[in-house]
Amino acid sequence: MASEPHALTRRQLLGGLLALAAGAALPPCSAVAEPGDILTRRVPATGEALPLVGLGSWITFNVGDDPLLLASCTAVMAAFFAGGGRMIDSSPMYGSSQATIGHGLAELDAAERVYAADKVWTSRPAEGPAQIEASRRDWGLPRFDLLQVHNLLAWEENLATLQAMRAAGEVRHVGITTSHGRRHAALERILREADLDFVQLTYNIVDREAERRLLPLARERGIGVIANRPFQQKRLIRRLEGKPLPDWAAELGAATWAQFILKFIVSHPAVSCAIPATTRVDHVRENLAAAREPLPDAALRRRMADYVHRL
Amino acid sequence: MSAWWSYRPEDLLMFSSRVYERLFVLHNQALWPAQPLALALGAGLCLVLLRPTAGRLRLVALLLAAAWGFVAWAFLWQRYAPINWGIRYVVPLFALQAGLLLVLGGRRGGLALPSGSGASRGLGLGLAGYAVFLHPLTAVALGRGLAGAEVFALAPDPLAIATLGLAAMVRPARHGWALLVVPALWCLFSAATLSLLDGPAAWPPLLAVAIAVAARLMAPG
Ligand SMILES: NC(=O)c1ccc[n+]([C@@H]2O[C@H](COP(=O)([O-])OP(=O)(O)OC[C@H]3O[C@@H](n4cnc5c(N)ncnc54)[C@H](OP(=O)(O)O)[C@@H]3O)[C@@H](O)[C@H]2O)c1
Repeated sequence: MASEPHALTRRQLLGGLLALAAGAALPPCSAVAEPGDILTRRVPATGEALPLVGLGSWITFNVGDDPLLLASCTAVMAAFFAGGGRMIDSSPMYGSSQATIGHGLAELDAAERVYAADKVWTSRPAEGPAQIEASRRDWGLPRFDLLQVHNLLAWEENLATLQAMRAAGEVRHVGITTSHGRRHAALERILREADLDFVQLTYNIVDREAERRLLPLARERGIGVIANRPFQQKRLIRRLEGKPLPDWAAELGAATWAQFILKFIVSHPAVSCAIPATTRVDHVRENLAAAREPLPDAALRRRMADYVHRL
Repeated sequence: MSAWWSYRPEDLLMFSSRVYERLFVLHNQALWPAQPLALALGAGLCLVLLRPTAGRLRLVALLLAAAWGFVAWAFLWQRYAPINWGIRYVVPLFALQAGLLLVLGGRRGGLALPSGSGASRGLGLGLAGYAVFLHPLTAVALGRGLAGAEVFALAPDPLAIATLGLAAMVRPARHGWALLVVPALWCLFSAATLSLLDGPAAWPPLLAVAIAVAARLMAPG
């Protein structure tokens, strides 16, 4: 087993010290304002502040070597960085998405700006390092900020690889992912036992299973949470489109359903960020704008979920 | 909820319809002016199926074998595989089909066409004619424009449908069935993909398989 239950204490301590050194008077999971008003939350393990909205790349960035579509993805990335975004998430499973991101980073000279989150996705752990190296070349970066075991695949061995890389300074953070609410029981066990910086799972205003155990557990263990499929790959937005936003959405600063959903997600104190994917510059701006004040408190979050539930 | 049945079909689709359409636009741009040549070859194929001789049939089998090899390399491997990693596993099947066409159709007496005008012959000819002359126009009907047309011998669907036409009517039956398997599997795969992308486009490959199997069952041994 790859877990290091005792190592966590040291890492948490280090994280706390770094947070203190960064002058963070707030606890690691509170939202803080940064220049440009994009709200950030600190990665519990290291105290690094990350914007509450990141960028996914499943389907949207899988465009092959089509120059037209590569340029349009680069435009999305440009708007993302210009709006204060940092985390981009990808995987070797996503076709050419990693190469698309690498293309955009090179065009925009944004290697310093990005928080690069990728995954290892193989049932043959011996192939993990070569896969990670191929991914790194696609991104065109010296190293990843975060590497995650994709979908719990061969997770013990793959996580051991990532932890060894972290120890050697070849990656900053390690994590594990699931989606669609799959394998939450196994994930709970992993969160309890393994030395992780991040967990990525599906969480949004209708998929709220994670609220019961995983989010509180992640918070307790000092593990950052990345919320994937915020819009259920757009199905959720299609379902809500045409239905009225509540009057009080304006008070929340949510002008669209996308913003309403994102504000719900990122206002959960355990969530580090949500990572909506998009092909559109206007959508990336709209999504980033959701990571601004005001965010709902617990009572308002309940009201938001009830409202959507009733629809 | 960890089981495979918790996946929806659309969860398996890893690219958008816009990217899929652009594959054909870029492929056509890169190959121009191969399209008129491919159409002429397709017309030749239809003529041979109308008036077959042993020699012409061998030529058609060789032409089809070359087309399966070409599409596997130039379209599947070069264009499609980068956006769909599953295609890697399809390329060997295309190579197998090229090999089968060479082995079964390329040698003297390997394939024969029954004389006369049975139902299977008509259906097989219909499939080949559709693949060569009408299938490229589905791109127009679907609003993609001719630039994104799928052309016989350059793109997989019309190639598979035309091959189904041949496989539906040739003798001996066991060779016909052998030549039918890979194109039918491709058409089903393509229909599944297209149904997730834009619904109506899935019908031609799906119907082609149904027609080819029906024609094969009706064909004299
Ligand atoms: N197991 C895993 O590790 C795992 C699993 C699933 C997802 N993920 C990660 O999570 C990311 C997000 O999940 P996802 O891509 O599946 O789904 P998603 O982010 O919930 O939805 C993406 C869709 O939402 C639409 N969209 C984005 N912003 C919008 C807006 N403001 N208004 C209207 N529509 C909008 C996009 O369409 P437009 O292009 O029209 O904007 C896109 O089709 C993935 O890209 C991936 O990086 C990881």
